[in-house]
Amino acid sequence: MLNTNDILETIHMIREENLDIRTVTMGISLFDCVSDDPKRLEQKIYDKITGTAKNLVPVAEELEARYGIPIINKRISLTPISLVGGALSPEGYVRIAEVLERAAGNLGVNFIGGFSALVQKGMTVGARNLITAIPEALATTAHICSSVNVASTKAGINMDAVAEMGEVMKRAAFLTRENDSIGCAKLVVFANMPEDNPFMAGAVHGIGEPDCVINVGVSGPGVVASAIRREGACDFSRLADTIKKTAFKITRVGQLIAAAAAEKLGAPYGIVDLSLAPTPAVGDSVAYILEGMGLEKCGTHGTTAALAMLNDAVKKGGVMASSHVGGLSGAFIPVSEDAGMIAAAECGALSIEKLEAMTAVCSVGLDMIAVPGDTPASTLSAIIADEIAIGVINNKTTAVRLIPVYGKGVGENVEFGGLLGHAPVMKLSEYSSADFIARGGRIPAPIHSLRN
Amino acid sequence: MKAVITVTGKDTVGIIAMVSQECARYGVNIVDISQSVMREYFAMIMLVEIEGLSVAFADFAKALAEQGQGRGLDIRVMHEDIFNSMHRI
Repeated sequence: MLNTNDILETIHMIREENLDIRTVTMGISLFDCVSDDPKRLEQKIYDKITGTAKNLVPVAEELEARYGIPIINKRISLTPISLVGGALSPEGYVRIAEVLERAAGNLGVNFIGGFSALVQKGMTVGARNLITAIPEALATTAHICSSVNVASTKAGINMDAVAEMGEVMKRAAFLTRENDSIGCAKLVVFANMPEDNPFMAGAVHGIGEPDCVINVGVSGPGVVASAIRREGACDFSRLADTIKKTAFKITRVGQLIAAAAAEKLGAPYGIVDLSLAPTPAVGDSVAYILEGMGLEKCGTHGTTAALAMLNDAVKKGGVMASSHVGGLSGAFIPVSEDAGMIAAAECGALSIEKLEAMTAVCSVGLDMIAVPGDTPASTLSAIIADEIAIGVINNKTTAVRLIPVYGKGVGENVEFGGLLGHAPVMKLSEYSSADFIARGGRIPAPIHSLRN
Repeated sequence: MKAVITVTGKDTVGIIAMVSQECARYGVNIVDISQSVMREYFAMIMLVEIEGLSVAFADFAKALAEQGQGRGLDIRVMHEDIFNSMHRI
Protein backbone atom coordinates (compact mmCIF):
# COMPACT_ATOMS: atom_id res chain seq x y z
CA MET A 1 0.00 0.00 0.00
CA LEU A 2 1.01 3.58 -0.50
CA ASN A 3 2.74 5.26 2.40
CA THR A 4 0.30 7.21 4.59
CA ASN A 5 2.66 10.15 5.02
CA ASP A 6 3.16 10.43 1.25
CA ILE A 7 -0.58 10.53 0.70
CA LEU A 8 -1.12 13.16 3.36
CA GLU A 9 1.80 15.19 1.99
CA THR A 10 0.18 15.32 -1.45
CA ILE A 11 -3.19 16.28 0.03
CA HIS A 12 -1.53 18.98 2.11
CA MET A 13 0.25 20.41 -0.95
CA ILE A 14 -3.04 20.70 -2.83
CA ARG A 15 -5.18 21.92 0.04
CA GLU A 16 -2.86 24.21 1.99
CA GLU A 17 -0.01 25.11 -0.36
CA ASN A 18 -1.92 25.88 -3.59
CA LEU A 19 -0.37 23.09 -5.66
CA ASP A 20 -2.10 23.02 -9.00
CA ILE A 21 -1.58 22.44 -12.70
CA ARG A 22 -1.41 25.97 -14.03
CA THR A 23 -2.30 25.15 -17.59
CA VAL A 24 -3.03 22.43 -20.08
CA THR A 25 -2.34 24.08 -23.42
CA MET A 26 -3.21 22.55 -26.76
CA GLY A 27 -0.98 23.68 -29.60
CA ILE A 28 -2.72 23.72 -32.99
CA SER A 29 -1.09 24.25 -36.36
CA LEU A 30 -2.97 26.55 -38.73
CA PHE A 31 -0.80 25.97 -41.80
CA ASP A 32 -3.52 23.93 -43.49
CA CYS A 33 -5.93 26.89 -43.14
CA VAL A 34 -4.00 29.17 -45.51
CA SER A 35 -6.18 30.76 -48.17
CA ASP A 36 -5.95 33.86 -50.37
CA ASP A 37 -9.60 34.58 -49.59
CA PRO A 38 -9.86 36.32 -46.18
CA LYS A 39 -13.39 35.01 -45.52
CA ARG A 40 -12.32 31.46 -46.28
CA LEU A 41 -9.23 31.85 -44.08
CA GLU A 42 -11.40 33.03 -41.18
CA GLN A 43 -13.81 30.11 -41.58
CA LYS A 44 -11.04 27.53 -41.88
CA ILE A 45 -9.26 28.86 -38.78
CA TYR A 46 -12.50 28.82 -36.78
CA ASP A 47 -13.35 25.30 -37.90
CA LYS A 48 -9.85 23.97 -37.27
CA ILE A 49 -9.68 25.34 -33.73
CA THR A 50 -13.19 24.43 -32.65
CA GLY A 51 -12.87 20.98 -34.22
CA THR A 52 -9.43 20.10 -32.86
CA ALA A 53 -9.96 21.46 -29.34
CA LYS A 54 -13.60 20.51 -28.82
CA ASN A 55 -12.74 18.06 -26.03
CA LEU A 56 -9.99 20.11 -24.38
CA VAL A 57 -12.07 21.61 -21.57
CA PRO A 58 -14.16 18.47 -20.81
CA VAL A 59 -11.03 16.27 -20.73
CA ALA A 60 -9.17 18.70 -18.47
CA GLU A 61 -12.16 18.79 -16.12
CA GLU A 62 -12.34 15.00 -16.10
CA LEU A 63 -8.64 14.76 -15.17
CA GLU A 64 -9.12 17.36 -12.47
CA ALA A 65 -11.76 15.16 -10.84
CA ARG A 66 -9.88 11.91 -11.38
CA TYR A 67 -6.59 13.01 -9.84
CA GLY A 68 -8.03 15.53 -7.37
CA ILE A 69 -5.78 18.36 -8.52
CA PRO A 70 -7.04 21.70 -9.88
CA ILE A 71 -6.20 22.52 -13.49
CA ILE A 72 -6.49 26.30 -13.46
CA ASN A 73 -6.32 27.14 -17.17
CA LYS A 74 -7.24 25.41 -20.39
CA ARG A 75 -5.61 27.22 -23.26
CA ILE A 76 -4.82 27.05 -26.93
CA SER A 77 -1.65 28.16 -28.72
CA LEU A 78 -1.63 28.71 -32.46
CA THR A 79 0.81 28.97 -35.33
CA PRO A 80 1.85 32.66 -35.32
CA ILE A 81 -1.05 34.27 -37.18
CA SER A 82 1.24 36.44 -39.33
CA LEU A 83 2.56 33.22 -40.94
CA VAL A 84 -0.89 32.14 -42.12
CA GLY A 85 -2.46 35.53 -42.76
CA GLY A 86 0.34 36.92 -44.94
CA ALA A 87 -1.84 38.82 -47.39
CA LEU A 88 -4.22 40.34 -44.85
CA SER A 89 -4.61 44.05 -44.19
CA PRO A 90 -4.47 45.30 -40.58
CA GLU A 91 -8.29 45.29 -40.58
CA GLY A 92 -8.21 41.69 -41.81
CA TYR A 93 -6.00 40.74 -38.87
CA VAL A 94 -8.38 42.40 -36.42
CA ARG A 95 -11.18 40.29 -37.91
CA ILE A 96 -9.07 37.16 -37.35
CA ALA A 97 -8.68 38.18 -33.70
CA GLU A 98 -12.47 38.45 -33.46
CA VAL A 99 -12.82 34.99 -35.02
CA LEU A 100 -10.39 33.62 -32.41
CA GLU A 101 -12.41 35.31 -29.66
CA ARG A 102 -15.55 33.56 -30.90
CA ALA A 103 -13.70 30.23 -30.94
CA ALA A 104 -12.47 30.82 -27.37
CA GLY A 105 -16.02 31.54 -26.23
CA ASN A 106 -17.41 28.50 -28.00
CA LEU A 107 -14.81 26.17 -26.43
CA GLY A 108 -14.77 27.75 -22.96
CA VAL A 109 -10.97 28.09 -22.95
CA ASN A 110 -9.29 30.77 -20.83
CA PHE A 111 -6.94 32.14 -23.47
CA ILE A 112 -5.86 31.67 -27.07
CA GLY A 113 -2.27 32.68 -27.81
CA GLY A 114 -0.62 33.15 -31.17
CA PHE A 115 -1.72 36.55 -32.47
CA SER A 116 1.97 36.82 -33.11
CA ALA A 117 4.77 37.75 -35.47
CA LEU A 118 8.43 36.72 -35.75
CA VAL A 119 10.47 39.73 -36.82
CA GLN A 120 13.90 39.17 -35.28
CA LYS A 121 15.66 39.94 -38.55
CA GLY A 122 13.10 41.95 -40.46
CA MET A 123 9.42 42.40 -41.13
CA THR A 124 7.35 40.92 -43.91
CA VAL A 125 4.30 42.87 -45.03
CA GLY A 126 2.15 40.34 -43.19
CA ALA A 127 4.11 40.76 -39.95
CA ARG A 128 3.94 44.55 -40.24
CA ASN A 129 0.18 44.50 -40.78
CA LEU A 130 -0.32 42.16 -37.84
CA ILE A 131 1.75 44.37 -35.55
CA THR A 132 -0.26 47.40 -36.70
CA ALA A 133 -3.43 45.49 -35.80
CA ILE A 134 -2.30 44.44 -32.29
CA PRO A 135 -3.68 47.39 -30.26
CA GLU A 136 -7.14 47.15 -31.78
CA ALA A 137 -7.15 43.34 -31.68
CA LEU A 138 -6.36 43.44 -27.95
CA ALA A 139 -8.95 46.14 -27.30
CA THR A 140 -11.78 44.35 -29.10
CA THR A 141 -11.14 40.90 -27.61
CA ALA A 142 -10.78 39.56 -24.06
CA HIS A 143 -9.19 36.13 -24.47
CA ILE A 144 -6.64 36.66 -27.23
CA CYS A 145 -2.94 37.03 -26.46
CA SER A 146 -0.33 38.56 -28.69
CA SER A 147 3.43 38.23 -28.85
CA VAL A 148 6.21 39.51 -31.07
CA ASN A 149 9.72 38.05 -31.27
CA VAL A 150 12.03 41.00 -31.94
CA ALA A 151 15.40 39.35 -31.45
CA SER A 152 17.34 36.11 -31.27
CA THR A 153 20.88 35.16 -30.38
CA LYS A 154 21.47 34.09 -33.98
CA ALA A 155 19.84 37.10 -35.66
CA GLY A 156 20.59 39.93 -33.25
CA ILE A 157 18.07 42.61 -32.29
CA ASN A 158 15.68 44.20 -34.77
CA MET A 159 15.73 47.74 -33.35
CA ASP A 160 13.10 48.97 -35.84
CA ALA A 161 10.73 46.40 -34.35
CA VAL A 162 11.79 47.38 -30.80
CA ALA A 163 10.97 51.01 -31.62
CA GLU A 164 7.62 50.05 -33.06
CA MET A 165 6.65 47.87 -30.08
CA GLY A 166 6.99 50.86 -27.75
CA GLU A 167 4.41 52.66 -29.90
CA VAL A 168 2.20 49.56 -30.03
CA MET A 169 2.20 49.32 -26.22
CA LYS A 170 1.23 52.99 -25.91
CA ARG A 171 -1.61 52.57 -28.36
CA ALA A 172 -2.89 49.36 -26.71
CA ALA A 173 -2.77 51.15 -23.34
CA PHE A 174 -4.77 54.06 -24.76
CA LEU A 175 -7.41 51.90 -26.42
CA THR A 176 -8.01 49.98 -23.17
CA ARG A 177 -7.73 53.05 -20.90
CA GLU A 178 -11.17 52.40 -19.34
CA ASN A 179 -9.79 49.17 -17.83
CA ASP A 180 -6.40 50.28 -16.52
CA SER A 181 -4.82 49.65 -19.95
CA ILE A 182 -5.34 45.90 -19.60
CA GLY A 183 -4.69 45.36 -23.32
CA CYS A 184 -0.96 45.53 -22.54
CA ALA A 185 -1.28 42.59 -20.12
CA LYS A 186 -2.05 40.41 -23.14
CA LEU A 187 1.01 41.52 -25.14
CA VAL A 188 4.57 40.29 -24.73
CA VAL A 189 7.76 41.17 -26.61
CA PHE A 190 10.33 38.35 -26.83
CA ALA A 191 13.93 37.54 -27.50
CA ASN A 192 14.53 33.86 -28.36
CA MET A 193 10.82 33.04 -28.18
CA PRO A 194 10.22 29.36 -27.34
CA GLU A 195 8.09 27.36 -29.77
CA ASP A 196 6.38 25.18 -27.18
CA ASN A 197 5.57 27.56 -24.34
CA PRO A 198 2.20 26.77 -22.69
CA PHE A 199 2.09 30.04 -20.71
CA MET A 200 0.37 33.28 -21.67
CA ALA A 201 0.67 35.85 -22.98
CA GLY A 202 3.52 34.37 -25.02
CA ALA A 203 2.21 30.96 -26.07
CA VAL A 204 2.58 30.11 -29.77
CA HIS A 205 2.61 26.83 -31.67
CA GLY A 206 6.02 26.86 -33.32
CA ILE A 207 6.71 26.04 -36.94
CA GLY A 208 8.58 22.84 -36.07
CA GLU A 209 5.70 21.43 -34.04
CA PRO A 210 3.29 18.67 -35.10
CA ASP A 211 -0.29 19.35 -36.18
CA CYS A 212 -1.57 19.25 -32.61
CA VAL A 213 0.27 18.84 -29.31
CA ILE A 214 -0.38 18.95 -25.56
CA ASN A 215 1.93 21.05 -23.37
CA VAL A 216 1.50 21.41 -19.63
CA GLY A 217 2.67 24.12 -17.25
CA VAL A 218 2.98 23.26 -13.57
CA SER A 219 3.07 25.60 -10.63
CA GLY A 220 3.72 25.34 -6.90
CA PRO A 221 5.61 28.28 -5.35
CA GLY A 222 3.66 27.68 -2.13
CA VAL A 223 4.93 24.10 -1.91
CA VAL A 224 8.56 25.21 -2.35
CA ALA A 225 8.15 28.03 0.19
CA SER A 226 6.76 25.60 2.78
CA ALA A 227 9.55 23.08 2.17
CA ILE A 228 12.15 25.81 2.70
CA ARG A 229 10.40 26.94 5.87
CA ARG A 230 10.47 23.39 7.25
CA GLU A 231 14.23 23.10 6.62
CA GLY A 232 14.92 26.08 8.88
CA ALA A 233 18.42 27.60 9.00
CA CYS A 234 20.25 25.03 6.84
CA ASP A 235 23.12 25.82 4.47
CA PHE A 236 22.74 26.36 0.72
CA SER A 237 23.70 22.82 -0.31
CA ARG A 238 20.85 21.41 1.71
CA LEU A 239 18.51 24.20 0.61
CA ALA A 240 19.19 23.41 -3.06
CA ASP A 241 18.54 19.71 -2.41
CA THR A 242 15.24 20.49 -0.72
CA ILE A 243 14.13 22.64 -3.67
CA LYS A 244 15.18 19.93 -6.14
CA LYS A 245 13.19 17.24 -4.33
CA THR A 246 10.13 19.47 -4.13
CA ALA A 247 10.39 20.47 -7.79
CA PHE A 248 10.64 16.79 -8.71
CA LYS A 249 7.36 16.01 -6.97
CA ILE A 250 5.56 18.99 -8.48
CA THR A 251 6.77 18.17 -11.97
CA ARG A 252 5.79 14.51 -11.70
CA VAL A 253 2.20 15.62 -11.32
CA GLY A 254 2.59 17.74 -14.47
CA GLN A 255 4.02 14.76 -16.32
CA LEU A 256 1.11 12.58 -15.21
CA ILE A 257 -1.49 15.11 -16.35
CA ALA A 258 0.34 15.81 -19.64
CA ALA A 259 0.52 12.11 -20.52
CA ALA A 260 -3.11 11.47 -19.51
CA ALA A 261 -4.42 14.55 -21.36
CA ALA A 262 -2.46 13.67 -24.50
CA GLU A 263 -3.80 10.13 -24.50
CA LYS A 264 -7.42 11.18 -23.96
CA LEU A 265 -7.23 13.94 -26.57
CA GLY A 266 -5.47 11.76 -29.11
CA ALA A 267 -2.63 14.26 -29.52
CA PRO A 268 1.07 13.77 -28.89
CA TYR A 269 2.46 14.90 -25.55
CA GLY A 270 4.85 17.79 -26.17
CA ILE A 271 6.54 19.10 -23.07
CA VAL A 272 6.14 19.91 -19.42
CA ASP A 273 7.15 23.46 -18.57
CA LEU A 274 9.07 23.35 -15.27
CA SER A 275 7.73 26.56 -13.96
CA LEU A 276 7.18 28.16 -10.61
CA ALA A 277 4.25 30.35 -11.60
CA PRO A 278 2.87 32.53 -8.81
CA THR A 279 -0.67 33.84 -8.35
CA PRO A 280 -1.81 36.83 -6.32
CA ALA A 281 -3.08 34.42 -3.61
CA VAL A 282 -1.13 34.73 -0.36
CA GLY A 283 1.12 31.69 -0.07
CA ASP A 284 1.52 31.25 -3.83
CA SER A 285 4.39 33.66 -4.27
CA VAL A 286 7.92 33.34 -5.68
CA ALA A 287 8.94 36.45 -3.70
CA TYR A 288 8.03 34.67 -0.46
CA ILE A 289 10.36 31.80 -1.42
CA LEU A 290 13.23 34.28 -1.76
CA GLU A 291 12.27 35.92 1.53
CA GLY A 292 12.07 32.45 3.11
CA MET A 293 15.76 32.02 2.24
CA GLY A 294 16.61 34.90 4.57
CA LEU A 295 16.00 38.12 2.67
CA GLU A 296 14.01 40.70 4.62
CA LYS A 297 12.25 41.85 1.45
CA CYS A 298 12.39 40.63 -2.13
CA GLY A 299 14.50 43.10 -4.09
CA THR A 300 17.14 43.71 -1.44
CA HIS A 301 20.80 42.79 -2.02
CA GLY A 302 21.12 39.02 -2.37
CA THR A 303 17.87 38.65 -4.31
CA THR A 304 19.59 37.88 -7.62
CA ALA A 305 21.72 35.15 -6.03
CA ALA A 306 18.71 33.65 -4.27
CA LEU A 307 16.70 33.61 -7.50
CA ALA A 308 19.60 32.10 -9.47
CA MET A 309 19.86 29.24 -7.00
CA LEU A 310 16.10 28.71 -6.93
CA ASN A 311 15.81 28.69 -10.71
CA ASP A 312 18.66 26.24 -11.18
CA ALA A 313 17.43 23.86 -8.48
CA VAL A 314 13.89 23.88 -9.91
CA LYS A 315 15.27 22.85 -13.30
CA LYS A 316 17.52 20.15 -11.87
CA GLY A 317 14.67 18.62 -9.88
CA GLY A 318 12.17 18.94 -12.68
CA VAL A 319 14.27 17.55 -15.51
CA MET A 320 14.38 14.08 -14.04
CA ALA A 321 10.65 14.09 -13.32
CA SER A 322 9.59 14.62 -16.92
CA SER A 323 10.41 12.86 -20.15
CA HIS A 324 10.30 16.07 -22.20
CA VAL A 325 10.94 19.52 -20.83
CA GLY A 326 10.53 22.81 -22.64
CA GLY A 327 8.71 26.12 -22.73
CA LEU A 328 9.96 28.78 -20.36
CA SER A 329 10.96 26.40 -17.53
CA GLY A 330 12.04 28.34 -14.46
CA ALA A 331 10.77 30.74 -11.84
CA PHE A 332 8.46 33.49 -13.04
CA ILE A 333 8.60 36.94 -11.51
CA PRO A 334 5.48 38.78 -12.73
CA VAL A 335 5.08 41.71 -10.35
CA SER A 336 1.28 42.12 -10.30
CA GLU A 337 0.64 38.38 -10.12
CA ASP A 338 2.72 37.74 -7.01
CA ALA A 339 1.60 38.92 -3.56
CA GLY A 340 5.19 39.15 -2.28
CA MET A 341 6.41 41.10 -5.33
CA ILE A 342 3.50 43.53 -4.99
CA ALA A 343 4.31 44.10 -1.31
CA ALA A 344 8.02 44.56 -2.10
CA ALA A 345 7.25 47.05 -4.88
CA GLU A 346 4.82 48.97 -2.67
CA CYS A 347 7.32 49.42 0.15
CA GLY A 348 10.08 50.46 -2.26
CA ALA A 349 12.29 47.37 -1.77
CA LEU A 350 11.86 46.25 -5.37
CA SER A 351 12.79 48.55 -8.25
CA ILE A 352 12.65 48.00 -11.99
CA GLU A 353 16.46 48.05 -12.09
CA LYS A 354 16.60 45.13 -9.63
CA LEU A 355 13.90 43.29 -11.58
CA GLU A 356 16.03 43.65 -14.70
CA ALA A 357 19.01 42.11 -12.92
CA MET A 358 16.81 39.26 -11.66
CA THR A 359 15.69 38.45 -15.19
CA ALA A 360 19.28 37.62 -16.13
CA VAL A 361 19.09 34.50 -13.96
CA CYS A 362 15.50 33.30 -14.23
CA SER A 363 12.96 32.56 -16.91
CA VAL A 364 11.03 35.19 -18.83
CA GLY A 365 11.76 38.80 -17.98
CA LEU A 366 10.17 42.11 -17.03
CA ASP A 367 6.67 40.82 -16.50
CA MET A 368 3.41 42.51 -15.53
CA ILE A 369 5.00 45.76 -14.43
CA ALA A 370 2.80 48.86 -14.29
CA VAL A 371 4.64 52.03 -15.37
CA PRO A 372 3.44 55.64 -15.65
CA GLY A 373 0.95 56.32 -18.45
CA ASP A 374 2.89 59.33 -19.69
CA THR A 375 6.06 57.29 -20.31
CA PRO A 376 7.32 58.14 -23.84
CA ALA A 377 7.15 55.28 -26.36
CA SER A 378 10.92 55.61 -26.83
CA THR A 379 11.47 54.90 -23.13
CA LEU A 380 9.30 51.77 -23.36
CA SER A 381 11.34 50.72 -26.39
CA ALA A 382 14.56 51.34 -24.50
CA ILE A 383 13.36 49.14 -21.62
CA ILE A 384 12.50 46.46 -24.18
CA ALA A 385 15.95 46.83 -25.78
CA ASP A 386 17.72 46.42 -22.42
CA GLU A 387 15.78 43.30 -21.52
CA ILE A 388 16.04 41.77 -24.98
CA ALA A 389 19.82 42.37 -24.97
CA ILE A 390 20.10 40.28 -21.79
CA GLY A 391 18.40 37.39 -23.58
CA VAL A 392 20.35 37.71 -26.81
CA ILE A 393 23.77 37.91 -25.17
CA ASN A 394 23.06 35.15 -22.65
CA ASN A 395 21.43 32.81 -25.17
CA LYS A 396 18.19 32.61 -23.23
CA THR A 397 14.58 33.64 -23.56
CA THR A 398 13.69 37.04 -22.18
CA ALA A 399 10.48 38.97 -22.56
CA VAL A 400 8.82 42.24 -21.68
CA ARG A 401 5.23 42.77 -20.60
CA LEU A 402 4.84 46.34 -19.40
CA ILE A 403 1.60 48.20 -18.76
CA PRO A 404 1.94 51.97 -19.27
CA VAL A 405 -1.30 52.66 -17.40
CA TYR A 406 -3.13 55.49 -19.10
CA GLY A 407 -3.75 58.44 -16.76
CA LYS A 408 -1.85 56.97 -13.80
CA GLY A 409 1.42 58.00 -12.19
CA VAL A 410 4.08 56.58 -9.86
CA GLY A 411 2.70 55.01 -6.67
CA GLU A 412 -0.90 54.75 -7.83
CA ASN A 413 -2.47 51.31 -7.68
CA VAL A 414 -3.68 49.42 -10.73
CA GLU A 415 -6.24 46.61 -10.52
CA PHE A 416 -6.22 44.01 -13.30
CA GLY A 417 -8.35 41.45 -11.49
CA GLY A 418 -8.22 37.66 -11.29
CA LEU A 419 -4.88 35.94 -11.87
CA LEU A 420 -3.43 39.16 -13.30
CA GLY A 421 -3.63 40.75 -9.83
CA HIS A 422 -2.82 44.35 -8.97
CA ALA A 423 0.32 46.47 -8.84
CA PRO A 424 1.68 49.87 -7.89
CA VAL A 425 2.90 52.01 -10.81
CA MET A 426 6.71 51.82 -10.67
CA LYS A 427 9.20 54.59 -11.17
CA LEU A 428 11.33 54.74 -14.33
CA SER A 429 14.35 56.84 -15.20
CA GLU A 430 13.33 60.38 -16.16
CA TYR A 431 16.10 60.75 -18.72
CA SER A 432 15.42 60.31 -22.42
CA SER A 433 16.45 57.41 -24.65
CA ALA A 434 14.72 58.90 -27.71
CA ASP A 435 17.83 59.53 -29.84
CA PHE A 436 19.11 56.02 -29.14
CA ILE A 437 15.84 54.39 -30.23
CA ALA A 438 15.49 56.69 -33.26
CA ARG A 439 18.64 55.18 -34.81
CA GLY A 440 16.77 52.07 -35.99
CA GLY A 441 18.42 49.20 -37.88
CA ARG A 442 19.73 46.06 -36.27
CA ILE A 443 22.04 45.31 -33.38
CA PRO A 444 24.27 42.55 -34.79
CA ALA A 445 24.19 39.00 -33.42
CA PRO A 446 26.68 38.54 -30.60
CA ILE A 447 29.91 36.57 -30.76
CA HIS A 448 29.88 33.39 -28.73
CA SER A 449 33.50 32.81 -28.08
CA LEU A 450 35.78 35.07 -26.03
CA ARG A 451 33.10 34.91 -23.33
CA ASN A 452 33.47 37.40 -20.54
CA MET B 1 -7.66 0.34 -11.17
CA LYS B 2 -7.44 1.77 -7.68
CA ALA B 3 -8.24 5.05 -6.00
CA VAL B 4 -7.37 6.51 -2.62
CA ILE B 5 -10.06 7.96 -0.38
CA THR B 6 -8.77 10.30 2.30
CA VAL B 7 -10.91 11.58 5.13
CA THR B 8 -9.63 14.25 7.49
CA GLY B 9 -11.38 16.29 10.14
CA LYS B 10 -12.78 16.10 13.65
CA ASP B 11 -13.41 12.58 14.93
CA THR B 12 -17.05 11.57 15.33
CA VAL B 13 -18.97 8.28 15.57
CA GLY B 14 -19.66 6.46 12.32
CA ILE B 15 -17.19 7.99 9.85
CA ILE B 16 -15.91 4.67 8.52
CA ALA B 17 -19.44 3.28 8.46
CA MET B 18 -20.62 6.20 6.36
CA VAL B 19 -17.72 5.99 3.86
CA SER B 20 -18.03 2.20 3.60
CA GLN B 21 -21.74 2.50 2.97
CA GLU B 22 -21.15 4.97 0.13
CA CYS B 23 -18.51 2.65 -1.36
CA ALA B 24 -20.93 -0.28 -1.29
CA ARG B 25 -23.68 1.82 -2.85
CA TYR B 26 -21.52 2.73 -5.85
CA GLY B 27 -19.94 -0.70 -6.33
CA VAL B 28 -16.53 0.25 -4.92
CA ASN B 29 -14.54 -2.51 -3.19
CA ILE B 30 -12.40 -1.61 -0.17
CA VAL B 31 -8.89 -3.11 -0.38
CA ASP B 32 -7.15 -1.58 2.62
CA ILE B 33 -7.86 0.90 5.40
CA SER B 34 -5.56 2.74 7.75
CA GLN B 35 -6.64 5.37 10.21
CA SER B 36 -5.23 7.39 13.04
CA VAL B 37 -6.63 9.81 15.57
CA MET B 38 -4.29 12.46 16.94
CA ARG B 39 -5.94 14.44 19.72
CA GLU B 40 -9.36 14.94 18.17
CA TYR B 41 -8.09 15.01 14.60
CA PHE B 42 -9.13 12.07 12.48
CA ALA B 43 -7.25 10.91 9.37
CA MET B 44 -8.32 7.87 7.40
CA ILE B 45 -6.86 6.54 4.19
CA MET B 46 -8.74 3.91 2.26
CA LEU B 47 -7.46 2.12 -0.84
CA VAL B 48 -10.35 1.04 -3.04
CA GLU B 49 -10.88 -0.89 -6.24
CA ILE B 50 -12.93 1.18 -8.70
CA GLU B 51 -13.33 -1.26 -11.59
CA GLY B 52 -16.97 -1.86 -10.61
CA LEU B 53 -17.83 1.80 -10.03
CA SER B 54 -21.46 2.28 -11.08
CA VAL B 55 -21.22 6.04 -11.76
CA ALA B 56 -18.60 8.38 -13.26
CA PHE B 57 -15.49 8.87 -11.11
CA ALA B 58 -16.25 12.58 -10.70
CA ASP B 59 -19.78 11.85 -9.46
CA PHE B 60 -18.52 9.36 -6.88
CA ALA B 61 -15.92 11.87 -5.65
CA LYS B 62 -18.58 14.57 -5.45
CA ALA B 63 -21.02 12.35 -3.56
CA LEU B 64 -18.41 11.54 -0.91
CA ALA B 65 -17.23 15.15 -0.65
CA GLU B 66 -20.83 16.24 -0.04
CA GLN B 67 -21.35 13.56 2.62
CA GLY B 68 -18.21 14.84 4.31
CA GLN B 69 -19.23 18.47 4.20
CA GLY B 70 -22.34 17.73 6.23
CA ARG B 71 -20.12 16.37 9.04
CA GLY B 72 -17.30 18.88 8.81
CA LEU B 73 -14.98 16.37 7.12
CA ASP B 74 -12.73 16.82 4.10
CA ILE B 75 -13.20 13.74 1.93
CA ARG B 76 -11.23 13.36 -1.29
CA VAL B 77 -11.16 10.58 -3.84
CA MET B 78 -8.09 10.59 -6.06
CA HIS B 79 -6.74 8.09 -8.55
CA GLU B 80 -3.76 6.27 -7.01
CA ASP B 81 -1.50 7.29 -9.90
CA ILE B 82 -1.08 10.83 -8.58
CA PHE B 83 0.54 9.44 -5.42
CA ASN B 84 2.57 6.85 -7.31
CA SER B 85 3.87 9.51 -9.71
CA MET B 86 4.79 11.95 -7.00
CA HIS B 87 6.42 9.63 -4.50
CA ARG B 88 7.87 6.74 -6.49
CA ILE B 89 10.60 6.86 -9.10
